[in-house]
Amino acid sequence: MVLPSLELPKLPLGDAIEWFVRWLIKNLSVIFDFVSDVLSAVSGALSDGLLWVHPVILIIIFSIIIWLITNKLTAILSAIGLALVWNMGLWPELVDTLVLVVVGVAIALVIGIPTGILMTRSRKLEGFMRPILDFMQTMPPFVYLIPAAMLFGIGVVPGLFATVIFAIPPPVRLTYLGITQVPLEMKEMSIAFGANDRQVLRKVELPLALPSIMAGVNQCIMLGISMVVIASMIGARGLGEVVLYSLSRLDLSLGFESGLAIVILAMVLDRMSRNVGSGKQTPLSRLIEKYNNYRKQKKEENKEEIEQAA
Amino acid sequence: MTAKIEAKNLVKIYGENTDKALELFNQGLSRSEIIQETGLTVGVAGVNFEIAEGEIFVIIGLSGSGKSTLLRCINGLLMPTSGSLLVDGKAVEELNEEQLRKLRGEEISMVFQHFALLPNRTITDNVAFGLELRGVPYEERRERAQKALISVGLEEWKDKLPDELSGGMKQRVGLARALVMESGILLMDEPFGALDALIRAEMQEELVSLQREIKKTVVFVTHDLDEALRLGDRIAIMRDGAIEQIGTADEILSEPANDYVDRFIQGVDVSKILDARSISKWPRELVRDTESASVALHRMKKADTDYLFVLGPRYKLVGLVMKEDLLPLAQKREKSFTDVIKEANTVSADTIMRDVYSELRSAEKDLAVVDENGRFLGVITHSVLLMTLDERKGGDGIAES
Repeated sequence: MVLPSLELPKLPLGDAIEWFVRWLIKNLSVIFDFVSDVLSAVSGALSDGLLWVHPVILIIIFSIIIWLITNKLTAILSAIGLALVWNMGLWPELVDTLVLVVVGVAIALVIGIPTGILMTRSRKLEGFMRPILDFMQTMPPFVYLIPAAMLFGIGVVPGLFATVIFAIPPPVRLTYLGITQVPLEMKEMSIAFGANDRQVLRKVELPLALPSIMAGVNQCIMLGISMVVIASMIGARGLGEVVLYSLSRLDLSLGFESGLAIVILAMVLDRMSRNVGSGKQTPLSRLIEKYNNYRKQKKEENKEEIEQAA
Repeated sequence: MTAKIEAKNLVKIYGENTDKALELFNQGLSRSEIIQETGLTVGVAGVNFEIAEGEIFVIIGLSGSGKSTLLRCINGLLMPTSGSLLVDGKAVEELNEEQLRKLRGEEISMVFQHFALLPNRTITDNVAFGLELRGVPYEERRERAQKALISVGLEEWKDKLPDELSGGMKQRVGLARALVMESGILLMDEPFGALDALIRAEMQEELVSLQREIKKTVVFVTHDLDEALRLGDRIAIMRDGAIEQIGTADEILSEPANDYVDRFIQGVDVSKILDARSISKWPRELVRDTESASVALHRMKKADTDYLFVLGPRYKLVGLVMKEDLLPLAQKREKSFTDVIKEANTVSADTIMRDVYSELRSAEKDLAVVDENGRFLGVITHSVLLMTLDERKGGDGIAES
């Protein structure tokens, strides 16, 4: 059966987008080149710096950081996992991937969290952003690679661009959600005690929304890692590149090892970002508490001395 | 004397584009008619009152009667749609943002129904919150916060988080946070509404005794008439955004302005308003447990009674001694009478009058009133109770039972 075809002209939606991107390249290439240069310099320097340090030292430093913000067991398991990656000979790739994720997530957070805050202040902006966020999250991430490659060429920067776009919705949404869930009575209280807008945000809304915001950060990191393989399709270096390479060669052994390295990195970053802001006791919080108690004690001793002197 | 707080034809309509609703209101349409016509709610419908300095002014009404809305107009959390609200003679609705913040930070503080304590801050930091917003240096605000915590009896909890405290304690923190601001006006939005009855009575008592020291202008919102009658120097009864009557507890109970007020107060048991402490009297004579039997007998003769209450150190009630038990001791020239002290019938200070009455009926002797630490506060005699009941409107109701 042949469907009767409607003789309507096709809407040139795709063409319009392509025309728009080409227009951007033609007119704003200075800006894109500048951004591209800065980002590749920053991530290059980060990678080089981390690779300059011996892996063992780096693993120890990471483990101490993880121990401080989580617990001993997580730190030991992370150390073993990272050592395994080193042993598999994937350490330089791991560092490249780590830099890609960290820089991408940092950019996503710097843009995402303030956007979430602004959305709570303006209903219009919220209504405008909601479909855009849906769009960003559901559009297959491969599609971002095309304009990314057109705007920034081949390499780490288009990978970053795609990562940022893909990873930005959770911090925006969860910041917005966290702030709108702060009880009205709390905001009313702070205003009734004379707070201005900035104080309401800084002293009431952000602290109370922190668990939700941190959940957004965690989600952002996870999405960033899931972009690693895709970003390598346009030349971003790292573990994704190895996965892609072993796929094209049907090299199961290398594919499994590089995949496992991504899993280890993901788990380490997840544990690191999950506990922050949850108010759980960690070695770091205990250290801070001890320091505060020590300071308090010192102060009281000083006071007594002054009193005795007087 | 000028009023501390004054409302002049205060109207608050919720929503945007209130012009039409206001016009309808001025034409005299009712609240429900205005909702039907415009979809907007009239929160406060043309209210006038004056609150004097140092007065506890209670606003009472059912939920939705506009009492919380009215309260929020005083510190500008809500702005009147028309009319005016004056604090110290200055119209709140004419202040700019900066002046409004100054007014809230320095002149008016507020206590909330659900406490509104920040869960991430310690008790001290919660109490110091207002001072922090005002820019008081860290050390000074902590010191002042801790002083305020002492005044509400929570100094040992200063480093705890709000989640570790009971409801009553949380509200004490809320009160301390308001007191530390040293502002002249205290707004209280159903502050004891979320507490259970026993704690509520305790907090009411504390507020009254605190007010004797601090003498602030208190605007207190509640839906509990007993609470209103107990605390309020004057009481405003609200319905549908309007004030039905303003007056002292006596005026409202004895001369309700209209049917609504009459029905509103029907729910009250008059004997519940007074507690044991308020009707107790200091006895003519007492004896200390360290004094001798003959002294006790001498005092009994003077007071024309055959028993006396015995007090220990710090006015602690020990019990009572009977004349018949003391006579043999005095004949034997024994000094100490501690062996013949009997247990006295006691009631605690906050026992409501109805319960005092049933207690008294079963007791032959007078009742001793003691506080929670067992300290003697006075006695309730049969005659005192009857006299008090007679004075009140509800006296006949009690006589039946």
